[in-house]
Amino acid sequence: MARKLPATDVVIVGLGWTGSILAHELTGAGLNVVAIERGPWRDTATDFPTTYAPDELRYRVRHDLFLRPEQLTMTFRNNANQTALPIRSWGSFMPPNGVGGGGVHWNAETWRFLPSDFELRTHLVQRYGEKFLPEDMTIQDWGITYDDLEPHYDKFEYLCGTSGKAGNIKGRIQAGGNPFEGARSREYPTPPQKQPYGPTLFAQAAQEMGYKPFPQPSGNLSQAYTNPLGVTLGPCTYCGFCEWFGCGNYSKASPQTTILPALIRRPNFEARTQCEVLKINLDKSGKRASGVTYVDTSGNEWEQPADLVLLCAFQLFNVHLLLISGIGQPYDPRAGEGVIGRNYSYQVTSSVDAFFDDKIFNPFIASGSIGMCIDEFNGDNFDHGPHGFVGGGYMGAVQTNGRPIQTARTPQATPRWGAEWKKAVAKSYLSSYEAVTHGGCNSYRDAYFDRDPTYTDRLGRKLMRVTFDFHENELKMSTYLTDRLAEVVQKMGPRQLEKHPRRGHYDVTVYQTTHTCGGAIMGVEPKTSALNRYLQSWDVANLFVMGATAFPQNPGYNPTDTVGALAYWAADAIVNHYLKSPGPLVQI
Amino acid sequence: MRMRNLMTLALAACAIGLAAARAAEDNQAFEKIERGRYLAVLGDCVGCHTAPGGKPFAGGAALETPFGALVGPNITPDVATGIGAWSESDLWRAMHEGIARTGARLYPAMPYPAYTKVTREDVSAIWAYLRTLEPVHNEVQSNQLVFPFNVRRPATSAWDLINFKPGVFQSDPAKSDVWNRGAYLVEGLGHCGTCHTPKNITGGDRGGEALQGALLQDWYAPDLTADPRMGIGNWSTEDIVRYLKTGANSFDIASGPMAEAVENSTSHMTDADLLAIATYLKDRAPRSANTAIALAHDDTRMVAGKAIYEDRCAACHISSGAGVPTLFPRLAQAPLVQSTDPTSLIRVVLIGSRAAATSAAPTAPAMPSFGWNLSDTEIADVLTYVRNTWGNAASAVQSTDVTTLRGRVSR
Repeated sequence: MARKLPATDVVIVGLGWTGSILAHELTGAGLNVVAIERGPWRDTATDFPTTYAPDELRYRVRHDLFLRPEQLTMTFRNNANQTALPIRSWGSFMPPNGVGGGGVHWNAETWRFLPSDFELRTHLVQRYGEKFLPEDMTIQDWGITYDDLEPHYDKFEYLCGTSGKAGNIKGRIQAGGNPFEGARSREYPTPPQKQPYGPTLFAQAAQEMGYKPFPQPSGNLSQAYTNPLGVTLGPCTYCGFCEWFGCGNYSKASPQTTILPALIRRPNFEARTQCEVLKINLDKSGKRASGVTYVDTSGNEWEQPADLVLLCAFQLFNVHLLLISGIGQPYDPRAGEGVIGRNYSYQVTSSVDAFFDDKIFNPFIASGSIGMCIDEFNGDNFDHGPHGFVGGGYMGAVQTNGRPIQTARTPQATPRWGAEWKKAVAKSYLSSYEAVTHGGCNSYRDAYFDRDPTYTDRLGRKLMRVTFDFHENELKMSTYLTDRLAEVVQKMGPRQLEKHPRRGHYDVTVYQTTHTCGGAIMGVEPKTSALNRYLQSWDVANLFVMGATAFPQNPGYNPTDTVGALAYWAADAIVNHYLKSPGPLVQI
Repeated sequence: MRMRNLMTLALAACAIGLAAARAAEDNQAFEKIERGRYLAVLGDCVGCHTAPGGKPFAGGAALETPFGALVGPNITPDVATGIGAWSESDLWRAMHEGIARTGARLYPAMPYPAYTKVTREDVSAIWAYLRTLEPVHNEVQSNQLVFPFNVRRPATSAWDLINFKPGVFQSDPAKSDVWNRGAYLVEGLGHCGTCHTPKNITGGDRGGEALQGALLQDWYAPDLTADPRMGIGNWSTEDIVRYLKTGANSFDIASGPMAEAVENSTSHMTDADLLAIATYLKDRAPRSANTAIALAHDDTRMVAGKAIYEDRCAACHISSGAGVPTLFPRLAQAPLVQSTDPTSLIRVVLIGSRAAATSAAPTAPAMPSFGWNLSDTEIADVLTYVRNTWGNAASAVQSTDVTTLRGRVSR
């Protein structure tokens, strides 16, 4: 039996990017905020100091920073004809844990989505007609526009100090930036990071082919920056230990380096770490959240009543908590009805490996988000009519790392082990290059979450079941993007080039990205979405759900900038509208 | 607030007699109480009289001395365990003469050699403020010194005859009002010399060496004189104000005991008082014989130290030693780096340190510990390199000093 604690104004589930942003905005509005975090407190100098943060074995190979599947996992299957089994070691995505969440160990690629991405179905139907879309594709409009979100993108980027070059300021195209991006209100807070040799060559080749290459926007900063909260970040040292790692140099934007130092000074904020929320409680009406129940490491259960519940955990766990708390109608793929679990989407990445005889790339001079990219083949930036698919992605030379254990690129004909393999690794380490595409993933009727019928966690809660596979549209897209990328890489003059488009079934055991999306999506009507345009639950008005959980489908960019912008957008709606008159912000 | 009011009422009810004896006190003298609150900030009373996580002024922070620990007593108006039974004259006597209500000599951990300079009027205001605090029942064993130092000190002690001259601050008519205000704060309530003035063998201030830097609790409190190399001679008045107000400026970031002083005290001072302090400090004469020649760059310790620096330190402190303002302290031509005593440097490399956090500069960056993966010789070498590069010049650090401090800080 849970012991009941004194009520607070706001309880936040999960203290990552969105939890930190909401906590800062709402404590700023005078509310008492309690954040409950499943993992430990994390601090730069204590938990990922420069003295041992760059430890590939510990963090990359052995997954030190991530949630342990023993504590909580999910089951997986490719389709409804299979029996899902529990994931016992993370593979294709890495669920975060602890204060800072995924913000601790991301690569810090900080992209905005395209204006058309937010009105995807309307846009595609208008341009290509309803019949152009596969029958089982369940893409939707978001219920907001790029223009709605622009001030909030701006706020998140100025929080982070994002390094980049604007391509469009107030409608005026800027040389050197991404000409396809939506209009920005101003330039990036800091200039782009320096580009190593590989991206420089890629940009030259792309330019010669008539494309418009630009530096990837980076949350690893090109120079020291003090944000509007007074918190200072340092310049990136290009060490190449970003994704999977915490940054010991205070140079990667994370809750630790941007918000938490200011937040923890506020007397109306409290964080309870190593406390796992078990469920969101509803009052008798079922229309109002009364708070949450959580368990501490001693096994004591506590009930934390609150007027406002903000679900700010990682995407997968937000959906899980909604499912096991009985909030909203669970999605039924046969009928295509229900909203909790609906529209799971992912990311479709691919690569081109190139081997050179006369070039030295020094891959260890790296940052999770340096690189030169082109956006000609993203979203609907090109005519899909002749190609028979929709969607796209950015592509480019993104030099994230040259870490010693796992950087072992060899031509395909090389033996997989032995002296020949060693020789090829040594030869290729400096002189080969991998360019990538980062493709979007549309949502489908048969890609969803529900409660697993068999497996439970240690506390008897049903695990969440993930049902997902790639669809023909995305595989066609990946082939097309990879071919276009290969043309540019070919122009860089390699001895040998290998294309690796995404093929076959989705494999949950091989790392691809942690961009899992959807499951409780935002939209214009409660029939097809769990959240309204302010990320407020249609069913429980004092519950807001943050993160990529709300994405109806996943565009061809990294999600974090949009996750941060949506958090500021929702915070603005809560402070300026909800608090004045608590209740549904959108009337049906 | 409600709880506090109830407690105040309860206290009032059972202490009628006491209250009657104090009928003359004006307990709503707002202007005086508010001034007393600010004066208590200037004196950083809370620093010693509050335990980590404890109630303010209720006592409990231990000050380690070479003679054992002294714990700041409870100075809330609790009759049994605080100073509820004291009178204003008792506080004046404690601050001005260093004599407790019992008649015993206080230990100079209570910085009465500095507080003696505070005016009667200011002590009176502090008293008025302390009387308004919530009485907290908290028994503090203040004297935790080892024998024979724990024996009650007589009202007239040899120590005081040597080291203590009672007397309120006398302003210097030849100097400006701002300078005099600064002198009053630095020498009096601010008690800067308690840490920053070298001590004689008995623990008293060494005459003629005021603010020239001193070792305390395994930290070296740096030289605050205008010495251009080891002191703050190259800091402008604005640099000093910024440091005290925010905990950081383009030269340095407050850490260790100074971080506490900034967080509790200086960051809450008025700009006028900070300017006064800076004005006075800028006028402190440097020590006389102050020369040092940098070690040759091909000295074996310098060569070894450079390699370690590039590998372990340069990512944050930059190859040029320039650091990053408000984040990673500057090492090139930094006073603390060139101090005669390298204890603070050895200490932060061994066990790390966190910077001050203030509203104006909340980042609170921290230096990680290198004690677990650098040997005593490596630490000595890298510090020797840092102390003798980029225009720096200072004595080499001995690995035996690192060994000794490692033993002390890892106890």
